[in-house]
Amino acid sequence: MSAVIDKADIASYAIRWGDDALILSHRLAEWCADAPELEEDMALMNLALDLVGQARTLYTYAGELEGRGRDEDAIAFTREERDYKNALLVEQPNEDFAYAVARQFLYDAFSLPFYQALASSKDATLAALGEKAAKEVRYHLKHSADWLIRLGDGTDESHRRMQAAIDELWTYTGELFVNDDLDRRLIAAGIGVDLAALKSAWNDTVSTVLKEATLQRPADGWMATGGREGRHSEYMGYLLAELQYMQRAYPNMKW
Amino acid sequence: MSRKEWPLYEVFIRSRNGLNHIHVGSVHAPDPKMALENARDAYTRRGEGVSIWVVASNAITASDPGEKESLFEPLAEKVYRHPTFYDIPDEVKNI
Repeated sequence: MSAVIDKADIASYAIRWGDDALILSHRLAEWCADAPELEEDMALMNLALDLVGQARTLYTYAGELEGRGRDEDAIAFTREERDYKNALLVEQPNEDFAYAVARQFLYDAFSLPFYQALASSKDATLAALGEKAAKEVRYHLKHSADWLIRLGDGTDESHRRMQAAIDELWTYTGELFVNDDLDRRLIAAGIGVDLAALKSAWNDTVSTVLKEATLQRPADGWMATGGREGRHSEYMGYLLAELQYMQRAYPNMKW
Repeated sequence: MSRKEWPLYEVFIRSRNGLNHIHVGSVHAPDPKMALENARDAYTRRGEGVSIWVVASNAITASDPGEKESLFEPLAEKVYRHPTFYDIPDEVKNI
């Protein structure tokens, strides 16, 4: 099938992945000056800045494809909640440090094979981003897996909290591997990544690391979905209120 | 809750191949592996290096500042130990 590639499709695709990166980076940024140790504070901010960089590339590209004059800031800061298409996993709150580690690990284990696959996209911009982001995410995964093992295989208290976070967030992992119509169109065009095909790599990483962390892998039960259609959990509105505050209060403000 | 400080590690970074590792500072970490990650995140944010060493601070034996006079001052007057009595060819860059 070689249908005409719809630029709007690619723009939507770029925004979707930009949203994952931006919202996850915001959750990490909430640890700024509040992480358990000064060194971990800097580590988390480095991860967040990598993600912001990925989001900027994707939003800027989407803006160019749209040709409606939206720049990266307009896309990042002025949309309504329903227009954000990030996975539910990345918006889940920082209940404690174990949640931050679990959320990061479960997402990193997905985004590494995702960006590696995106590096072979027929779209040159997405392919270049995939190559760059895969290098960054490889380190993210190493960092989050290290913490998962350290806390899982740590004290009784850290083990209990780490298991609780994994159990709680597990419901949000199924959504990552669901291909929707947009995915299917772009997969057929050789541009998008087949998300269902990433599941086995994710399973391998997650099982190996959970085992080393002496944590139980939760059973795959009901999985929450809706993020990719803009239906978010109740936390998203509060997150956006903070994220968008400056642009809402002072429209078009520049640094 | 009692709070234990993580041990301290000294961080050495080689800025590019061919140069030696230089001490740049220190980080706290629970073990050497995480010390390396923390050093990466704290000291190579602006592309400062291609290689990192971390060493537990308590593994370092340091000279006593009180002995500075006896250790270092006697060397100050031995100018003949400096290679300043030779003409260095222009082609030799690092000496």
